[in-house]
Amino acid sequence: MKLQLNGTAVETKASTLAALLDDEGFGGAKVATAVNSEFVPEGMRGCHTLYDGDRVEVLAPMQGG
Amino acid sequence: MRDFYGTSLPNGFMLGTAQYPSPAILADAFKRSGASVATVSLRRESGQDRAGQDFWELIRELNVHILPNTAGCHSAREAVTTAYMAREVFDTKWIKLEVIGEEDTLQPDVFGLVEAARILSEDGFQVFPYTTEDLVVADRLLNVGCEVLMPWGAPIGSGLGLNNVFGLRAMRAHFPDVPLVIDAGLGVPSQAAQAMELGYDAVLLNTAVAKAGDPAAMAEAFAKAIEAGTLATIADPMEQRDMAEPSTPVIGKAFLS
Repeated sequence: MKLQLNGTAVETKASTLAALLDDEGFGGAKVATAVNSEFVPEGMRGCHTLYDGDRVEVLAPMQGG
Repeated sequence: MRDFYGTSLPNGFMLGTAQYPSPAILADAFKRSGASVATVSLRRESGQDRAGQDFWELIRELNVHILPNTAGCHSAREAVTTAYMAREVFDTKWIKLEVIGEEDTLQPDVFGLVEAARILSEDGFQVFPYTTEDLVVADRLLNVGCEVLMPWGAPIGSGLGLNNVFGLRAMRAHFPDVPLVIDAGLGVPSQAAQAMELGYDAVLLNTAVAKAGDPAAMAEAFAKAIEAGTLATIADPMEQRDMAEPSTPVIGKAFLS
């Protein structure tokens, strides 16, 4: 299926958010996630099913004022 | 200094982590600032370079309180979602709540701000709202659960200092028990000293240090100004007056004319 990952189109076979993060190189990283503008806590990623067209955001610590 | 949600800080210096020439200069600036709080943000991470992970290690080594922000959010909903994500990543209830309402001035959307502050406070967040000096808005923020207020000094990144001293002084007088932080707009250390002399508990700044020719030296300069302003407030400044009053006694003055 096709998704938007941080604004970029990706083709994936991952069926859950946790699987997508592993496939895309985020394994073990300190990140927070949202799907279709809704926060998905870390503990829910394994059971959060992804669907074609979902917009996934993966955010990490960054400089800020 | 008043506590921030039960946390006592050793000084009133809150320093941002953005726009430094390099991570090493950022770390050096923090060391020389003695700042007790670092503001941070969340941005999209790449699975390839994982830049955020290196930054997180750098911040942890600073050994300061972390205050995540919702910078760049333009609606209450966006800010609330960002706050939830920040709480998980940074493992803190503190959130510097920004809901931007106008692009040229980056003025807060105070209506969205109050709404987001209500939602987050009800869910256990300890909200540091980036607001204006408007007393009515301040009262609404306190009513929905905020225990700290952060009025702007001037537009973010402008370096203009305290644009509305009257309003800021009124805010201090109106809320004598509320911790108040000047957030944004400071450009030089004297403006930070002025903020502390008004009785504010802390200042939050970033660009003035990060964009200085020597950020670490400027960080130290701000630290000294904040310390001076704090001490001056404790020392209880004299009353201002419009007309002169001789400081040298006139009694005993020789008649020489």
